This record gives sequence, C-alpha cells and structure tokens, in this order.
Amino acid sequence: MKKFFSKHRGYIWVAAYAVLTVLSFVLGFNPGKTIFTSFTQSLVEMVTFVPFLFIIVGLFDVWVPKERIQKHIGRGSGIKGIALVVLLAMLQAGPLYGAFPVAYLLYRKGAGIRNIFIYLGAFSSIKIPMLGIEIGYLGIEFSLVRTLVSLPLFIGIGYLMERYLKNRHFEVRDGGQKKEASS
Amino acid sequence: MFRNVLLPFLNILILISVVLYFIPPNVISQYLGAKSGVLGFAIAALVGSITLIPGFISYPIAAGLIQQGASYAVVAVFMTTLMMVGMITLPLEIKYFGKAVAITRNAMNFVAALIIGLVVGLILGLLS
Repeated sequence: MKKFFSKHRGYIWVAAYAVLTVLSFVLGFNPGKTIFTSFTQSLVEMVTFVPFLFIIVGLFDVWVPKERIQKHIGRGSGIKGIALVVLLAMLQAGPLYGAFPVAYLLYRKGAGIRNIFIYLGAFSSIKIPMLGIEIGYLGIEFSLVRTLVSLPLFIGIGYLMERYLKNRHFEVRDGGQKKEASS
Repeated sequence: MFRNVLLPFLNILILISVVLYFIPPNVISQYLGAKSGVLGFAIAALVGSITLIPGFISYPIAAGLIQQGASYAVVAVFMTTLMMVGMITLPLEIKYFGKAVAITRNAMNFVAALIIGLVVGLILGLLS
C-alpha cells in the first residue's frame, strides 16, 4: 500500500480532484460543478495545442541538428537570431506553460540565453493563432499597437536576462521529469 | 515526453479552475469597468498576474470590458499580464528554470506589462 502511494504520488492531486468532482455532482455541490466547467474549458485549450506542440517539438528535435541551432540562435547570434526565435514562437499556439518544454529543448540544442527568453516573450504575447482571435474580439488597431509595443520590451527582457545570468550558472531542466537533478 | 508533461499540466489546470472559481469573470468585469481608473489598472495587473485564463475566455472578457467603457490601458495591462506573468504556473516554471530565474523573469515581465498597458492606452487614446 505504501509502495503504491509513493509510486503514484504525482497523481495525488488529479485523483483527489476527480473524487471531489464526482462527489460534487452526486451531492449537487455547486462550487464543485463550476470549477469543473472551467476545468473543462482549460482542458479543451490544452488538448487543442498539446498535439501540435509535440509535433513541432518532435520534428525540431529530430530534424534540426544542434550545430545549426547554435549557429543561428546560439550565443553569438545577432539580430537574425532574434528574428528567428520570434518567428518560431509566433508560429506556435498554447499558453505560456506550454513554452517551457520548448525552452528546455532550445536550451539543450544550444540556443543562447537571450534568445530563450525572447522566445518566451514572443510565445506568450504575439502568437499568430492568438492574434487572430485577438483581432476578432478587440480589433486590428488594438492588436497591432499592443504587438508593436510589446516586441521591443520582451527583446529588452532577453538582453536583461542575459546580463543578469552572465556570471551565474544557468541551465534549463526538464521540468516534466519526475526525478530532478540536484537543484 | 508526453506523459512527463501531461501530469504537471493537469495539476496546473486544476489549480487554475479553482482560482477562477474565487475570481469569476463577472467579478473581474465589475471591478475593471468604466471609470475604474488607477485602481482598475492595479487590479487588472494583479488579477492578470495571478490567474491564467485561456485565450478564448479572456478575449471575450476583454471585449466585454471595452464595451462597458473600460479604458484600453486597463484591458491591455490585463491581457498582457495574463499572457506574460503567471503566479499560478510559477511552481512549474521553477522546475524548468530554477527559483531565482523564474521569479526574475516574472518580475521583469510584470514591469514590462505595466509599461505596455500604459503605452498602448496612451497611443490608442491619441488615435481615437
């Protein structure tokens, strides 16, 4: 029994949530039902982007050799490197936490610190699929101005992060892995 | 790899939906509506930083806010913090980048989001 729990410890929240949700529906507990509604809404978003994300990550991992990544978006890459990561980020979909596994991959493939954080910035705020929805709801003017204002700021953050981490030990870990390396 | 990522993602989704229950969209719109001013801007930045609302829910909220007369600055800071700053996802981010880096990134993006909100509000105010 103890062994069973330690083996499946990662699933404890999911299991607890599933039990509580079933109970909420059986007992007619409304907060539980409301929470389940927003859970499914977020789940739909995740399910729509995750396969796409993994296809990109998978292809990227297999097809693009490390040397090429290092050359184009590695430490010494300039404006062209920035443009490339921004473009890469814009072509993707999903919420910010979906970008972390990609950041790990970029890091492993030798992308520069600056470009990793510029990637995160571009991913979070100017993805093309999201811009499409944004234009639909808030208009082209709003989206365009927001994009143009955001762009220099998250590129600036990339430079700042690079400076901040210059003399520090920086690594991106595979956060999905159960056993972490020494932290 | 898929299985490795699925579990932390599911945990995040559970957390998000519980937080959203306590800060429901209609309460958000109530506080960020017309004439919400500096307080509205601060609330927008704060709520946006804590929560993580999927795009296809947050954009309708934003459009509703503008219809209600909320300022562009408030909406822009809300959307930007939602996208760029994630307190809820911080534990996950720490697993990838470590504590110091994750917190620094969020802090920098928070400041950037405030600037984006103000500048977007200013520019759109001048245009309209």
